[in-house]
Amino acid sequence: MAQAQASAHAQGQHHPIKLYLVVWAWLFILSACSYFVDFFQLQGLLRYSLIILFMLLKAGLIIAVFMHMAWERLSLVYAILIPMSAVLVFVAIMVLEADYTLLSRVVFFGPGS
Amino acid sequence: MAEQALTDLRTTHNEASGLRSVAADFSSDRQAFRNVSWGKAMMWIFLLSDTFVFSCFLISYMTARMSTTVPWPNPSEVFALTIGGVTLPLILIAIMTFVLISSSGTMAMAVNFGYRRDRKKTAVLMLVTALLGATFVGMQAFEWTKLIHEGARPWANPWGAAQFGSSFFMITGFHGTHVSFGVLFLLIIARKVWRGDYDHERRGYFTSRKGRYEAVEIMGLYWHFVDLVWVFIFAFFYLW
Repeated sequence: MAQAQASAHAQGQHHPIKLYLVVWAWLFILSACSYFVDFFQLQGLLRYSLIILFMLLKAGLIIAVFMHMAWERLSLVYAILIPMSAVLVFVAIMVLEADYTLLSRVVFFGPGS
Repeated sequence: MAEQALTDLRTTHNEASGLRSVAADFSSDRQAFRNVSWGKAMMWIFLLSDTFVFSCFLISYMTARMSTTVPWPNPSEVFALTIGGVTLPLILIAIMTFVLISSSGTMAMAVNFGYRRDRKKTAVLMLVTALLGATFVGMQAFEWTKLIHEGARPWANPWGAAQFGSSFFMITGFHGTHVSFGVLFLLIIARKVWRGDYDHERRGYFTSRKGRYEAVEIMGLYWHFVDLVWVFIFAFFYLW
């Protein structure tokens, strides 16, 4: 890894092919793991935390190694990754909104109301 | 830190690391992303905007699923296939995931061989990537056909909440369109690689700029992004 990092400063990205094969293998393993979460019908908090864990590991590997983000200039990394936190804010807003919608549907359209 | 401050101001400015380097880059009164070509920077910014598009789809799916009083269909059963008498949950989606990840792997290696100026290996790996991408789209078409035959529509479906159909067709449709355009884009760049455009710096038809192997990496960024989006769709739509 250190060698690859040192040579990446030259023009273009130069990494040994082995690095890509290792990441590829890991992506296969992680995908298989997330498939088994469904195959064995894990439920509840365990299911959701495993799904999120495998998803984030896969996304991290793809962005860092395949897209070479790990070797990009820090200002580009921040310019791309920090705006994505806006998505998390949007998710939080819509969770509140969805809960409210569900509440009003249950209260006004539910049986016996 | 104190030792660094004592050395020549100019060198500390140039070799700043961490947040300081970010501040230095953005306040340098010139190109902010130093040693990043405009093509690559623009592709990253396009991908950021595309991230927001897909985020909006996934968030609207989340909102629909959280707020409906009708039970959500179980994707594990809806997407199950019976192969040789054995019913396997989500099996087609799992195969599609492996195909797309494999195409990402071959693309990453194509980029690597591109920078080694290995024209033939780059072109062949890109064609393999395009083939895997086309396979993915083919399997998606099969999945759509199967679901439509079973009665899934954007406005209704036999398994539960109506929003399931709308979310499914919108999200996978948009992703499939991205893959399809990626395949076209791959074939165009692969042809240029094969012809030696990037070895002879042949000028582009639209841009009249000199061809460089960086085009393969920029193509790769788009392709990996498509794979990345699938990781999130797989987790949130199919597994959740």
